[in-house]
Amino acid sequence: MQGLDELYREVILDHYRTPHGSQDVSDPDVEVEGFNPLCGDELKMRLRLEAPAGAADGGNGRVARAVGADHRIAEVQIEPNGCSISVASASMLAQQLTGRTIAEVVTLKETFKEVMRGGDWPEGTDFGDLEALEGVKNFPVRIKCALLAWMTLEQALAQLAPDAVGEIEIDADIEVRTAG
Amino acid sequence: MSIVDAKAQKDIETDIEASIELSPPPAGDGHAARLGLDVAAIRADFPILQRKVHGEPLVYLDNSATTQRPEVVISAIADFYRTSNANVHRGVHALSEEATAAYEGAREKVAAFINADQTQSVVFTRNTTESINLVAHAWGRKHLGEGDEVLLSVLEHHSNLVPWQMLAQATGCTLRFLDIDDEGRLRLDQLHEQDLDLLNDRTRLVAITHVSNALGAINPVREIADAAHAKGALLLVDGAQGVPHAPVDVQALGADFYAFSPHKACGPMGIGVLWAKRDLLEQMDPFLGGGEMIRDVTLERSTWAQVPSKFEAGTPSVADAVGLGAAIDYLSALGMNNVRAHEQRVVTYLLERLQELPFLTLYGPRDPQDVTTRCSVASFNDNDIHPHDLGTILDRSGIAIRAGHHCAKPLMRRLGVMATARASFYIYNDIDEVDLLIDALRGARKVFGLPA
Repeated sequence: MQGLDELYREVILDHYRTPHGSQDVSDPDVEVEGFNPLCGDELKMRLRLEAPAGAADGGNGRVARAVGADHRIAEVQIEPNGCSISVASASMLAQQLTGRTIAEVVTLKETFKEVMRGGDWPEGTDFGDLEALEGVKNFPVRIKCALLAWMTLEQALAQLAPDAVGEIEIDADIEVRTAG
Repeated sequence: MSIVDAKAQKDIETDIEASIELSPPPAGDGHAARLGLDVAAIRADFPILQRKVHGEPLVYLDNSATTQRPEVVISAIADFYRTSNANVHRGVHALSEEATAAYEGAREKVAAFINADQTQSVVFTRNTTESINLVAHAWGRKHLGEGDEVLLSVLEHHSNLVPWQMLAQATGCTLRFLDIDDEGRLRLDQLHEQDLDLLNDRTRLVAITHVSNALGAINPVREIADAAHAKGALLLVDGAQGVPHAPVDVQALGADFYAFSPHKACGPMGIGVLWAKRDLLEQMDPFLGGGEMIRDVTLERSTWAQVPSKFEAGTPSVADAVGLGAAIDYLSALGMNNVRAHEQRVVTYLLERLQELPFLTLYGPRDPQDVTTRCSVASFNDNDIHPHDLGTILDRSGIAIRAGHHCAKPLMRRLGVMATARASFYIYNDIDEVDLLIDALRGARKVFGLPA
């Protein structure tokens, strides 16, 4: 069965069996649902953010302000429901997000999308388990599966910090709704 | 055209009821009276079956989506373009006459194939979906309004649901839905349940699929027709999965409208069929306006051509009609009773083998010994592997199955799943391909590190 090892790497199957990001986030700053109506894959995503040190109390010579690029992701909850690729991709995303600033997450998201479109991982950086998803790009119909969590994340962040996220790409096959 | 073993040539003329009652063919090879097909000879007629996919021989099990075409259909289309191509119904030159004769000849073949009362009751469209939309517009918008009801079922393909939703929005009519039982069979008992009142004096149309594209159950159309007519309602049958798999007699079925897509029966894509009772077609307004469908045109208004031209605006797909005619000739030579018997034999084995796999959930009717109202399609899920993963893994073995909602999202919700895997067999698939499917389903477990 040609090429399947490349797609279904052990690390992907591990994430599929026991996805990260299952812990409850009880007071999320944003809650969204992503769907791929064509295949029925869906996921729920909740994020809680943390302001940069001092920003919230207006200390450090700065005033309290809206969510910006230097806010950090404090907690992530993702409930994926779909194929192994969409679940593993969502799980790897959850694994990567905690502790990162919005600016860092936006860069990571752009890198991931670029790889799925056929690009290479930038040299000198370790992307951890995510690198295992590279095999998906040789299965064109499955790329959307890998992107679902990331397109959902993009729209979640855009709601919180539109300036930090910039122009978001609306994908005809992936629908994102604000939950609630 | 190589076709059938001579023993199987005897095509018994019969109505659909008889075909549905066909008992499973006797076991054992070489039985003199046995119905069935010479699959090896048929396979040689289909050029695409020679190709490989990912280095493996193609095992094409997505026939409910579209079948493959035999060489005779492919060459009929090419020959039309090579030798007779012209527009129809308007030229006085030889090519136009030939093209018109070929186009109208195809209509005659369709009429005979489904036992239409009149050739002129056969309307060419693009596909089943367009045929049903034609009825929803040309009949529905003219005749239905608030208080009127259309009765459908929860297992309809979107093509026999969305046009009626649009009609309901436009006219204010109400849609009602028959449920299914645990095996995916229509709950016909609901037709007579007073409390539900699904079929009543306000019901103007019952629109039901002949065969479920996702689950394979053949619906008892005649019984539904009688119940509908008793309430003064008309019956539309979505025959997309009917005509390819069994002898169809639209009159014996009691249908008022019958729609199907030749591409699911060895014919070309791009042409569809609507048969309707002539008096209904006469009463209906046109669907699309333009060339071909008019009698006279002034700057202010137009009058309509005779049926069926009234419903065939614009240049039709003449080559596809010719290909459709060739497909009907091909299937007629095989004999639809033989097709039906072959499918019953395959689905019996398919259901037996699928149920050997403890990790599988099967949807739809599952008794291998009761396939008289069952077509050769099976929907299932591996309890641990998503159908899209299954589809990808099987594809790498050259096996083409469908994974998804099968254009029947309400049915998927009713079954409580997001999607299923579906394997659908046709005249060129034999039971050895059932074995290949079963092996591949076990193999997929290994890819996922699961016990097979």
